[in-house]
This record gives sequence, C-alpha cells and structure tokens, in this order.
Amino acid sequence: QDTQEKEGILPERAEEAKLKAKYPSLGHKPGGSDFLMKRLQKGVWGIISYPLSLEPKGVLGMKSVEQKYFDSGDYNMAKAKMKNKQLPSAGPDKNLVTGDHIPTPQDLPQRKSSLVTSKLAG
Amino acid sequence: MAESGGGNDIQWCFSQVKGAVDDDVAEADIISTVEFNHSGELLATGDKGGRVVIFQQEQENKIQSHSRGEYNVYSTFQSHEPEFDYLKSLEIEEKINKIRWLPQKNAAQFLLSTNDKTIKLWKISERDKRPEGYNLKEEDGRYRDPTTVTTLRVPVFRPMDLMVEASPRRIFANAHTYHINSISINSDYETYLSADDLRINLWHLEITDRSFNIVDIKPANMEELTEVITAAEFHPNSCNTFVYSSSKGTIRLCDMRASALCDRHSKLFEEPEDPSNRSFFSEIISSISDVKFSHSGRYMMTRDYLSVKIWDLNMENRPVETYQVHEYLRSKLCSLYENDCIFDKFECCWNGSDSVVMTGSYNNFFRMFDRNTKRDITLEASRENNKPRTVLKPRKVCASGKRKKDEISVDSLDFNKKILHTAWHPKENIIAVATTNNLYIFQDKVN
Repeated sequence: QDTQEKEGILPERAEEAKLKAKYPSLGHKPGGSDFLMKRLQKGVWGIISYPLSLEPKGVLGMKSVEQKYFDSGDYNMAKAKMKNKQLPSAGPDKNLVTGDHIPTPQDLPQRKSSLVTSKLAG
Repeated sequence: MAESGGGNDIQWCFSQVKGAVDDDVAEADIISTVEFNHSGELLATGDKGGRVVIFQQEQENKIQSHSRGEYNVYSTFQSHEPEFDYLKSLEIEEKINKIRWLPQKNAAQFLLSTNDKTIKLWKISERDKRPEGYNLKEEDGRYRDPTTVTTLRVPVFRPMDLMVEASPRRIFANAHTYHINSISINSDYETYLSADDLRINLWHLEITDRSFNIVDIKPANMEELTEVITAAEFHPNSCNTFVYSSSKGTIRLCDMRASALCDRHSKLFEEPEDPSNRSFFSEIISSISDVKFSHSGRYMMTRDYLSVKIWDLNMENRPVETYQVHEYLRSKLCSLYENDCIFDKFECCWNGSDSVVMTGSYNNFFRMFDRNTKRDITLEASRENNKPRTVLKPRKVCASGKRKKDEISVDSLDFNKKILHTAWHPKENIIAVATTNNLYIFQDKVN
C-alpha cells in the first residue's frame, strides 16, 4: 500500500515495469496467435526452445519445452545444422528455432506407463 | 447430516490424509482431479500416472456418533496409458484431466474419465458371491475327467470376500484435435460434452463411433487466434443449456435448441475492465480456469487467477459477487510469471446448499467464502494438524508491513505447494482437498 501511494501506480504496473526491466525485448501483448498456437502444440515432438529473454510466454503458459528429435529425418537435419526447421504438424511459425545438440538414445525421455499402484491406495 | 450454516460457523477438523509422506514426489503421483459421486458415498481421484483411486465412505457407526464414516479404498485401476500418435508426432499424456460420475441407476457405478484425447466410461461393480459346486470343474478351476463323475449336483452361489471390479465399457476416442480440458454429463443422463481448446463435442453415452461438434472457435486463419476454451459445463437442470469459459475471461452460455452449431452464444458474461488498469498481466490473470454451476442452476461460479466470481445467469454485464482469493499476489506477478505459477489452473466448488464456495491457493492453503455472512476463512492442508477432531486453525497471510504473530508473509509462501483441486460432499460438510500428492479429508465438528 505504501508503495502504491508513493508511486501512484497499481502494484500490477509496478510488476510489469519490473518484468520489462529484466526482459527489455518483451512485446506488449502476451496474447496473440503465436503464443496460443504454442499451447495448442503441447506434446508435439521437436525442439522448441524459448529462453525467456527472447520471447514472452503465451497467455496460456507455454513454458520453454526441450524435447528431442524423434526420427532420423530430424536427426540428420540437426547434423547438417539446419536452422528454422518447420514442425511437422504446425502451421508456419517463423519463430521456432531448432537446437544444436544431437540427442542420443540415452537422452530420450523414458516413456513407461505407471504399473505401480497409486500411493493413495496404499 | 447438518445443513451448512456458514463457512465460518463451521469448525473444520482434520479427518484423514491419503498418500505418501515422503517429500520426493514421483510425477505419476501428482493428483490431477478429485470428485465426489452424487450421493457422496464415493470419492474418486485421478493422477498424472493415469490411475484412478476410488474411496468409499464406511457406514456410520451409530454408537460412535462423534464422526462420520471414514473413506477407505474401494477400487483402483489404470484408466489411461501414455500413447504416441505417430502420424502427428504427438505424445499423449496419460494424466487424468477430469472424472465425472454418472448418477447411479443400478447396482454398478459408472464414471467418465478423460486424458487429453480420449474419454472412457468405466463400470465399477461389486462381486460378493461366486458359484460353487460345478460338476465338470474342481473348485480351483481344473477340469474334472467326465468319466469320474458319478453323481450330479446343482451349483450354488456362496458368499465370498467382496471384490470390486472396474471395466472399461466405452472408449470415446479420436474426436479431439486439441487437448480436452472438460467433460460434463447432461441432466438427461444420456449425453455428455467434452471440450478442448477450440472445440466442444456432444456425445451419447452409448455411441462411441461418432459425436456432434457443437462449438468450434477455430479461426479459418490460425494467425487470427485470440482466445481458447478453458472449461465447459452443462446446466444442472436444463438439458439444452451449457456454458464455456475462455482465456480472455468471458463466459458464453449456449442453447442447443437454437441451432446445431452453437457458435453464436445466447448470453455472453463479461465484466467490463477499466482500461486505465490494464497491464501486461491483465489478460493472463483474467483467464478463467474453472466454471461451475450452482446446484440450483441459478448461478455459476468462475475462477480466475486472483479471484472467484459468482454470476447470476440473468445478468451478463457483471458478476453479482466477487471474492479475492489471494490479492496479495498482485504485487508478485513478475516472479509468478517467471516461474510459470501465473498459469496455474485452480478449480472451485460449491457446497451442497450453494451457500459457501471453496477454492485452493498456495502454501497448501485453501479458502472458503460464505455468501450469506460474507466472511471468509483460510485453512491449511498439512500433516502437522493431523489428529482427528482437531479443529483447524485459520491462517492469515501478511501482505506487507509488520507481520503479526502466526501470520505468514507473502515471501515465505511455498509456491510449489499448490491446491488446485478440491471437492465438497454434495450433502454433508465433508471436503476433499488435494495437495500435490496427498488427499486430505476434512469434516465439520460433530458433537
């Protein structure tokens, strides 16, 4: 409350100023089709890497997601150091950037179903 | 069976806690949904590992009437498994997003459970008898040599230890391109809706190979996408009416009698915003994470990041009541954006008589608002208070300035301890509160 009175701005605006001071290249509107589209693509395999300094997050919270290449086509493209690869199922999105590192089978996330009984039932 | 007087006239006591004590939480154990059935006798939970656990309230012990029946494990099963859609290169999580119970029609219980892509109808049935005395089979199942049979007998049913079986009766798949956030059973008990980010489908419970699309907000050009569907629910009494909420803080009420495709709403509920108050965070914190009709059907409640709003269906231009859940977070929005907490999706619920509403917060706190007395209370789900019949002590967060004794300062709040899912027994003052991996059950003090 004291801060509000002294500076005469809403706490929200003060927070906004803080965020913009940390990330000067942040756009004005967090909404917009780019960011919503990323949310819609949750779970899609491919490299989506967004350091906070470059891109604001979608309205619906698309976090930086590091996922791995899943087939030999992607693997070879990474090897050839191609940038700005299109995601297989996405619409055109020029902002997507591929990473440089090439995953090995050990890096791939384990996908096993939970065969163990829930601890709530224990 | 006390009618709820007010959220604060009630003294809430710890009753039970389920789940592991250790702090090392496996991903699969994260609770993702909690739901009482229509009678309140059964309580279902779903988790990130795709498992459902159902608890049953034991029959009240008439002699020891100081507490209501406890909830014990009734059935547990693996509802969904992780999948990979090779065509779209899409990983499909097994996490159970929602569970909804069907009203009971016969001895068996039915529920719908859904992950991001597939809804399943599960039948949970009891078996407490088994046939014995077959002529051609031994008791252990081995077949007898027919030539050794000299007399015949009639097999009879004999009691056995209760066995609860869960079996999938219907699988409703391949109808959602985007991620399912809601399912809601219609009051006709024959149909239900499922909603994803851009579309809502209407299903018949008996028919799995087709569904009707009733809402489609996908723009022709995806570059024009400005909002997504965040939740949807059928009206509790009018089988033609449903609502859906959006990421922009609006709620649309649709009438299926008006047209086959309900893209044009019948009512639009939106609170006007003062443009001078607008900030970078405004749209994010206005996104509605949950919408719930009151039992009466006259009101609906919405939850956005900082508040709970009650809307009268007869008034579209503003809510009739607004309750601040954790207003002190407004001066923390920068760090909440950085750690993604600003995108947390809190749910909300009504008590049986629609007089009190409840929702979760951080630090394992949850809040209740009494609509009649206008008083509110903050309680904590913690193992520290776990002596049965211990009355929970109200909590208070100190926003700024001098912190009083027993108050907690905003900076000490643990934002990893979030209560997103809560449920209220439909008839009694019993609540189920889910922390990350534990389920707490609280009851009001019965003397």
